[in-house]
Amino acid sequence: MKNIATSVDAATTKSRATQILGFVVLFGVLALILLGFFAAPEDDEQRDAVRMIFVHVPSAFLTYAAFSVTAAGSLMWLWKRSRWWDIVAHSAAEIGVIFCGLTLFTGSVWGRPTWNTYWDWGDVRLVTTLILFLMMVGYLALRAAGGEENAVATRAAVVGLLAAVNIPIINRSVEWWANRTLHQRSSLTDGNLEDLTLFTLVVGIVVWVLFFVWAMIHRFRIGWLEHQLRDIELQAAIAGRRAETANDPTGGSLP
Amino acid sequence: MTHLGYLLVGWSVSLGCGVLYAMRIAFRGRVLSRQVPADKRRWMQSSDHSNNDY
Repeated sequence: MKNIATSVDAATTKSRATQILGFVVLFGVLALILLGFFAAPEDDEQRDAVRMIFVHVPSAFLTYAAFSVTAAGSLMWLWKRSRWWDIVAHSAAEIGVIFCGLTLFTGSVWGRPTWNTYWDWGDVRLVTTLILFLMMVGYLALRAAGGEENAVATRAAVVGLLAAVNIPIINRSVEWWANRTLHQRSSLTDGNLEDLTLFTLVVGIVVWVLFFVWAMIHRFRIGWLEHQLRDIELQAAIAGRRAETANDPTGGSLP
Repeated sequence: MTHLGYLLVGWSVSLGCGVLYAMRIAFRGRVLSRQVPADKRRWMQSSDHSNNDY
């Protein structure tokens, strides 16, 4: 029997496992839309605007998760100098930036009908989340700028770890600065949600986590291919230089 | 349904970004896979995972 985890499609990053996972995510998204728009009840205060919780909170949860993975990968790179962990850190950072951007966007769109504003510079959670987003965009820019592979990985790892310091601050900000935020305390732990609303929120988080796993597998494989390509180019350059030296009657020495 | 406009914008941007990113990595994976020899396409073993290589 073929192993679904290692079943390789020759010219893509997909495998049997990622195909199955992809279909599960698709069905999960359809279920989430049905639950979020038609099954979950409206809120007494927010009315139907509360349905934004089903995309906003999972995005925020995955932002924390993705950047925590980046921090773990960065730490492991600095400790073990393992390319595997470096690619994991980079992959999670790229996906995390998307989730973080979505957290800011959906929060802003949700804020207009509930707080009567898209943004408040005095809200600690909003501003610290924006700082995290900008730091991780900087992380990706540092990666994209290029340079010697190990040096880039080390610089990026330091940025990844520094950015992660922000995660507990964002998470706890509604308690530490309770009078400087428009946000309510944690919807999941406060127990104020209706049963079906809570169930739908959990479904949303599970679907987002599955999408994260699917994207991580593909993005890791892309990172691995990029690493292999750099290696191939480096080997070709060394071989070319050796051939030049061999054909040079002076042996490649300077005049 | 109240606030339908806000909900549609928030949900469609979230799901749209997910779909676009999924398409992007699938396409990029396809392009890169063609440039790398088949035996080097996947991380399958620990040879590149050790301290000795770096």
